[in-house]
Order: sequence, then C-alpha cells, then structure tokens
Amino acid sequence: MNLDFSDEQKALKDQVRRFLEDRGGVAQMRAVLTSDASYDKDLYKGLAELGVLGAAIPEEFGGVGLSHLDLCVVAEELGRVIAPVPVASSIYLAAEFLLQAGSQAQKEAWLPKLAAGEAIGAFALNEGEGRMGPEKIKASVSGGKLTGTKSPVADGDCADVAIVAAKSDSGAVSLYVVDLNGPGVERRTLGSIDPSRGQAVLTFSGAPAELLGGEGDGWHIATQVMDRAAILMAYEQLGGADRALEMARDYALERMAFGRPIGSFQAIKHMLADMYVSATLARSNCYYGAWALASGASELPVAAATARVSASQAFQHCAKNNIQVHGGMGFTFEYDCHLFYRRANALALALGSVSTWEDMLVDRMTTGNVAAAA
Amino acid sequence: MDFEDTPQEAAFRAEVRSWIDANAPKHLEDQLKRANFGDMGITSEDPIQACKAWQKKKAEAGWACLHWPKEYGGGNRTPMERVIWNQEEGIFRALGGLFTIGQGMCGPTVMAWADEETRRRMLPPLASGEEVWCQLFSEPASGSDLAGLRTRAVKAEDGSGDWIVNGQKIWTSGAQNSDWGLLIARTDPDVPKHKGLTMFFLSMKSPGVEVRPIKQANGQSSFNEVYFTDVRIPDSQRLGAVGQGWEVSLTTLMNERLSIGAGMSTGFPQLLSLCMDVEVDGKPAVQDSNVRSKLAQFAVREMGLKYTGMRAITALSKGETPGPENSIGKLVAGATMQDLAMFALDLQGQSGVIWEKDGPHDGRFQAILMRSPATRIEGGSDEILRNIIGERVLGLPGDIRVDKDVAFKDIPTSGRKKAAAAA
Repeated sequence: MNLDFSDEQKALKDQVRRFLEDRGGVAQMRAVLTSDASYDKDLYKGLAELGVLGAAIPEEFGGVGLSHLDLCVVAEELGRVIAPVPVASSIYLAAEFLLQAGSQAQKEAWLPKLAAGEAIGAFALNEGEGRMGPEKIKASVSGGKLTGTKSPVADGDCADVAIVAAKSDSGAVSLYVVDLNGPGVERRTLGSIDPSRGQAVLTFSGAPAELLGGEGDGWHIATQVMDRAAILMAYEQLGGADRALEMARDYALERMAFGRPIGSFQAIKHMLADMYVSATLARSNCYYGAWALASGASELPVAAATARVSASQAFQHCAKNNIQVHGGMGFTFEYDCHLFYRRANALALALGSVSTWEDMLVDRMTTGNVAAAA
Repeated sequence: MDFEDTPQEAAFRAEVRSWIDANAPKHLEDQLKRANFGDMGITSEDPIQACKAWQKKKAEAGWACLHWPKEYGGGNRTPMERVIWNQEEGIFRALGGLFTIGQGMCGPTVMAWADEETRRRMLPPLASGEEVWCQLFSEPASGSDLAGLRTRAVKAEDGSGDWIVNGQKIWTSGAQNSDWGLLIARTDPDVPKHKGLTMFFLSMKSPGVEVRPIKQANGQSSFNEVYFTDVRIPDSQRLGAVGQGWEVSLTTLMNERLSIGAGMSTGFPQLLSLCMDVEVDGKPAVQDSNVRSKLAQFAVREMGLKYTGMRAITALSKGETPGPENSIGKLVAGATMQDLAMFALDLQGQSGVIWEKDGPHDGRFQAILMRSPATRIEGGSDEILRNIIGERVLGLPGDIRVDKDVAFKDIPTSGRKKAAAAA
C-alpha cells in the first residue's frame, strides 16, 4: 500500500511552491483580474522554463517526460495561488487531446509549442446554456472547413489552437484541430465571474479544420480526456481549498471580538473544522484519482468523477466560508477572499457542472465498476 | 502510488489468510453476514462464548493483540501487520467487538501506567479474551466535560491504604460482560477539577458494584449504568499518581478515538443496491436524478473515508505515524450513516417504517437509523470532535473555561439555580 507521492514528487511540489511565492503568489491573480491582460505572460513563460508545462509530455515532443503524478502536484500548487495562467486549457486539455488521439504529425506540430509555452491550446466544446451533450453540438465541418459558434471557451481569448467538437460531413460528432490565428475565426472576450481565466465566444466561418482521432469518435475521446483533466483540475481545486482554509484559520487567530480571538468561539471553530473535513475528504479522493490517472486503471472514470465532485465541493465550501469568517472585510475587493470565491465557482463549472459529474459518477458506479468502487 | 503489498507484507498476508481459512468459525459466517448495526446477529449459540472462543484460538496461535509485546500476550508485530490481519479477518472481525474497549483502550492505558508485575498479570488474559474489560469514565453529570465527574474515592480509615469508592458511572459499554473496569474517580474536591482525579482498575465482581443495563432508544441494551457503594480497591490497583488521573485518561481517550474512527463504512454499498431494487415513478430509483445527486454525495463521503484510511495505512507501511487527517473518521461516518439511513427509508416509501430482520432489506437501514444517533455521541460527540480538529489540528485557541481555576467543590452544578440567583 502506497497511496502517497514520492519524495521526488514532493520535492517538485516544494520547488513549484517557492517559484510561485517568489513571483508574488496570489498577487499575480489580482494583477490579471484588475488589468486588461487575459493571463500572466511572464508567469506562464517562467512555468515553461521550469519544465512544468511539459512535465507529462514525452521528451520526443519537447516535454520533460515525467508522469501525470508530477503534473498533479504542480496543479495543486497552481491552485493554491489561483494562478492566472491557461495551464488547464493548454496542458490538461489540449495537450492531453493530442497525446491521446493526435497523429504523429499533429503531436509534432503542437506539443513542443504547448510545452514551451509558445502556443496556448483550448478546448472548444460548449454551445450555450444548459448541460452539454453530443446532441447539443451544432458546429459542423464540411470539406475541411468549420462553421459554428462555441461559447464559452475557457482561455479562448488567448489560445492559438483549439480542439473543437463538431459534426463531420456525415453528422457524427468528431474532434478537429483548428489554428485560431488562421482565417475564418473571430473571437470576443466574455465577461466572467473569474476574469483571471478568460472566457471567449469563438465564431468560425469556414476556418480550416483538421480531424483529430477517428471520425465519429469525438464524444468518446472528449469523455476520456475530460476524465483525465478532471483529476488534474481537482488538484487545483484542492490547493485552492487548502489555501482558503488557511486564510480563514489565520484570520480567526488574529481577529478579536468580545475580547477574544474569534477562532475561540465554537461557531467559528466548528465552521473551520467542517472546512477541514471537506478538504481532507477531497484530498483522499484526489489521491485515488491520481493513482488511477497514473496507472491507467479501469477505475479511472469512477475515480475521476469522485475526485471532481469531492474537490469542487471542498473548494466551494472553503471559499464561501472563508468570506464568512472574515466578516465584512471578506467582502471587500481589497481582501483576497473574493479571488478564491471567484475561482472556486468558475472551476466548479469547468469541464461540466458538479451535478453533471454527480450524474456521471452514479452512471459509472452502476455499470461495471461497482465492485471496484464500493 | 499503488495499492500493492510490499513482498514482506504479501508474505505475511498469505500466512494470515491461510491460518484464518483453516481456523475461522465458518459455521457463523452466514449469521455474521446478516448482522445489523448494533446487533452481531448470532443466535445459534451464546454470542459471548463465540467471541471468546475465536479470541482464544487466535491467542494460542499468536494472533491476538498483534502489535502488543509478546510478554503481555501480544504478537510483537508491526502496526502494518495488524492492519493486514484486520483486513484478512474480514467478517470474523465482528467477533472481536467484545474486546474492542479492553484491548483498544484499557490495555494501552495499563501498559503505559502500570508497574511491570501488574502488566504481566493483567494484560495476557485481556489479550486472550479470558478477561473482558470495560471503561468507567462517563457519568450522568459529566459526558463531554469528563473532568467534572463526581464519583468519589477516599482513603479507607482502617489504615490499609485501600480506597473506598462511591458514585455512579453511565454509558459503560459491555459492563455486564466485564471482569475488570478502568475507573476514573475524584480523590480531591478541593482543587480544580482536572487536578483532583485518580485512575484505578477494579474487579467488576467487587462487593458494592452493581451493573444495570440501560434500555436504549433503539430498544437494545449494550450500555449500562454502574453503581458503586462502598467499593474497596487496593492501592496497588491505582494507575499513575494520586491526582494524575486526567493525564492517565488522555492515554485512554486518544486510543478510543483512533479505535472508533478506524475503518468505518457508512453503509453506501447497501444504499446503492437498495437504489437498484426500489422504484421511483416506475423506474429503478437509481435512474431518478434527485436520487442520483444524493447517491453521489454519499459516494464521495464513503470513498473519501476509505482513501483517508488508506493514507493512514500508507504511513504505517512506511513506519511513520498517520497524520491528523484520521481525526475526521468518526465525525464523517456518524453523521453520514444517519443521513444515509433517513434517505434509504425515504426511498423505501411507507414500507420504510417496517423494522424486521426478515422485512424489506433485512431492516438494515432501520437499524442504522436507530443506532446512529449514538455514534454521533459516543467516544467524543460531533461537537467535541470539531473542537479537537479546530484546536489540535488547526491550532485555534481553546474554549473559555470559567471553571478552570475553581476548586471542584465550588463549581456550580445547576444552570437554573445560577440563572435564578442572577435574576
């Protein structure tokens, strides 16, 4: 039994934490939030130079060739400082799509650039409000040209390449690689609850599109890749939950009311204890997810949904109660509480809402994986 | 990361598995499988004797109290080997319930605080199940505030050095089956409450000890009241110094919380199978979106507890001490199983009211519903556990304790009286 990270992975985690703190920690997120920048370019470049972006990309495609466990510890640290960089879109999603389903030529064309931070990738799936399913996809490709509208697309405002889900000539949902700097692409940045990770609407009118994976395999591949991304994103959420809990704890120790630190009142103490419980359950479920991700276990779909639901809720729980513990100060723009609250609620929707993942979890537990999971 | 044994662990597991396979009381297996929360389910023979027989067999082969030293009746094994044993013992582990308090809490306290002669006399029969122990801590007026206890121990006036005990304990699990009890009593009411306590052990057969089973809210009687009337205890049965009882009790309580929280399931697998059996709107409940959302919530709690346990086992396997994350175990399990039972009954519809062993789903959710309130109280209530997490894990300040520096005899005993005086 070894449900833990290796000493090397823990050392990488420390290294990434120091790097991010040296750069200002959460202040980087605030800077992007209050500027017109769509992300922190310097930070992103620094992460590329550190080898973090290419951690799980093989060396032959310009990566470092470590494992997805290494990427998990990186994700947790990015989550702790709610880093304003498009790592999730570019690395957990676009690069994973290429690794899982790309041709040799597609991998060679894009992976080295993604690993070096020279290009940013995004995943364009959504087409408007409501739960996303294959039947909702209207975008289509005919004769290698993509037409349709995708909204919202996370990091679509800054991405250079997108993996787009669209119907093929025969009407089957398929995936396409689209150069967003090429012809037939228009984009508009959307207002968002978390502008430090930009959202955009992408309008395609005859943009050149290259099939990724088999025609008609689009939904299947997307499901597999989103499972993998869900585990990495759960680590970001876990990092954010832990940090929000620490902020609340620190404030409860320092803030006095009625002649006592507020953390000595059971109303506050017990609220913090419950936050710790959420974060701890999420961490244990994330470890399960990391194991499944790294080992390619058949339980991966169950583990991904478990980690995803658990970590989404933990981050939302810790972020909202962090504001509550801070009282009125927690609702000021000046304090960092709202930064975590924004990110917690945005991440809870990325890759599909919590209720969608709850549904998937039950589906997966009741079809074949039940013995292993329960 | 993996869930595999090390080669040594695998070898130990194989050895354990083959011994259990050859020696376990398999004739009890079907009954144990139908056990419900709070009910071991054995009716074909005396369940106490069944527990003792299995424990004796284990002890003779060196499998009792695996992590204890051999000279005290243990197996001198590592904590990790104990975990493997527990996993392999499986359904037969329920037969160890009779000894959980003795071996999990009283034994470690005796080991930490008694002299060598006492340890060699008291611990081996505790390990082998020949002698059963109970823990005489809680009182009618002191539960969470244990240090407010009132059972008195005073020195006998005959110069023998013996102690004479008078008072009452309550919520004593298994007192009716016990040979020995670990007793905390007040020896000095003139000092603040934590300072005037002393720990003893005594024979439950001592004259003046009376055990009265409590009829519980769920109809069972596993807890008891224990009355002491001029009970004489030799001074040689004192653990720790006079006035050191609180410190001694912390050894017991730390072990209690670890034991109760360890490896708890919330009943989720049973709930999932219920959801495939019962219908909502003419379809299996598991297809209903409201049901699915609730199921997912229970699933992540069950799995979160399971993998928290595996993180602890990982630490043991590496020879490290498990981290503070284990303090969430009973807090999560108790509340979750209560919510889960209410949800299960809701799905059963009006039949949810039926509680029969041969009724719908063996009455198992009804048994959980009716027993789980106790889980949220015993061994540290939810509120005490939140205090512990807040103070010991998160480092928050302790609660204000207005009686901390007051002599015990001067502490108010009724809120009503105080309020009347204030008015």
